[in-house]
Amino acid sequence: MPDKLSDIYINKIKYIKMEEVKLQKPPKKYMNPYLAGVLLGIVILLSFYFTREGLGASGAFKRGVAKVEQIVIPSHVESEKSAFKHYVKDGKDPLKNRLVYMIVGVFIGGFLSGAINRRLKLKLEHSPKISSRKRAIAAVIGGALFGIGSAFGRGCTSGAGLNALSVLATSGFVVVGMIFGTGYVIAWFFRKLWI
Amino acid sequence: MGPLFTASDEWSFVIALVIGIAFGYLLESAGFSSSRKLAGVFYGYDFVVLQVFFSAAITAAVGLLFFEYFGWIDLSAIWVNRFYTGSAILGGAIMGFGFVIGGFCPGTSACASAIGKIDAMLFLGGFIIGVVIFDAFYPFYEKFYKSGNQGPIKIYESLGMNREVFLLLFVVFAIFAFVATAYIQQRVSQKSKKY
Repeated sequence: MPDKLSDIYINKIKYIKMEEVKLQKPPKKYMNPYLAGVLLGIVILLSFYFTREGLGASGAFKRGVAKVEQIVIPSHVESEKSAFKHYVKDGKDPLKNRLVYMIVGVFIGGFLSGAINRRLKLKLEHSPKISSRKRAIAAVIGGALFGIGSAFGRGCTSGAGLNALSVLATSGFVVVGMIFGTGYVIAWFFRKLWI
Repeated sequence: MGPLFTASDEWSFVIALVIGIAFGYLLESAGFSSSRKLAGVFYGYDFVVLQVFFSAAITAAVGLLFFEYFGWIDLSAIWVNRFYTGSAILGGAIMGFGFVIGGFCPGTSACASAIGKIDAMLFLGGFIIGVVIFDAFYPFYEKFYKSGNQGPIKIYESLGMNREVFLLLFVVFAIFAFVATAYIQQRVSQKSKKY
């Protein structure tokens, strides 16, 4: 009876897997969100105190794109047609900017927290109701929209949002209101991606 | 008196790296490395985004005010986001789509990529595509992008309010939002949406 034999193997595999799970300690709990928020607020405050400017994430990627364009298609990026001409003006290096150093820090900091809290794992996270493929496509499309949106918005949730709220800039309240307002209006149409 | 350095000072690069590490560490620790946790804000099962975001913003905003009272910082010297009416509104709306569809924003996708989230890496790839698209078609909307410039205007100026009164209202609003979302989250999770 081949069925019986395969059952034995399946049970054995299950047993081994359970043993593995027991050996690995579970990830630690997330930090209290209000504590994390207050600490992040202090980080923003210190950033202004030391460097005159606050946080930002999208700027570094725009500068990365400008750098590649400077090498590959300098005639475009240096022309009037490019949105990034001021990054490369007079042969400037677009990567010589504090935001680039900051995003490198974000990767390091994220990795450190993941390592300390046992959350380092190669994984494509998605709702059990959708396939990995669907999540992957949605992630790329969402990312592309965010790229275009943050270019128009002159920054993303960090720079044009959180940072601008901290200095009480009108733009920050408008951008944050639009991001979350639009999000709530359209959430129902995309609910199958998440719930 | 602060700010101690200008943003292009080389010291600012070192400080930006350290600030970035703290930023990334806190984002990951609060759970911003999970798209499903982030998207919860739009479906009521997890409001960590709102909790961290607003507690950080009010901490930094109130902190800056106190720093000024103590004579530690010259608020007129810090950088305030420029408000370009149409571009900010459009950009915010597109970012709203990007957030709901993609489940990340640039900063959070960077810290999630650092702990091995493949969906975050795909989001970042999409983000770069979006930035390239914006640059490629820039002449078509350059005029719109630069229109409606109101400069570094503050929200209390736009509303014709006293700065301290506005800040107080902002803090009260944030606390109200914390209480209301805690209530909603409890109600939604009773209907069970464990992920």
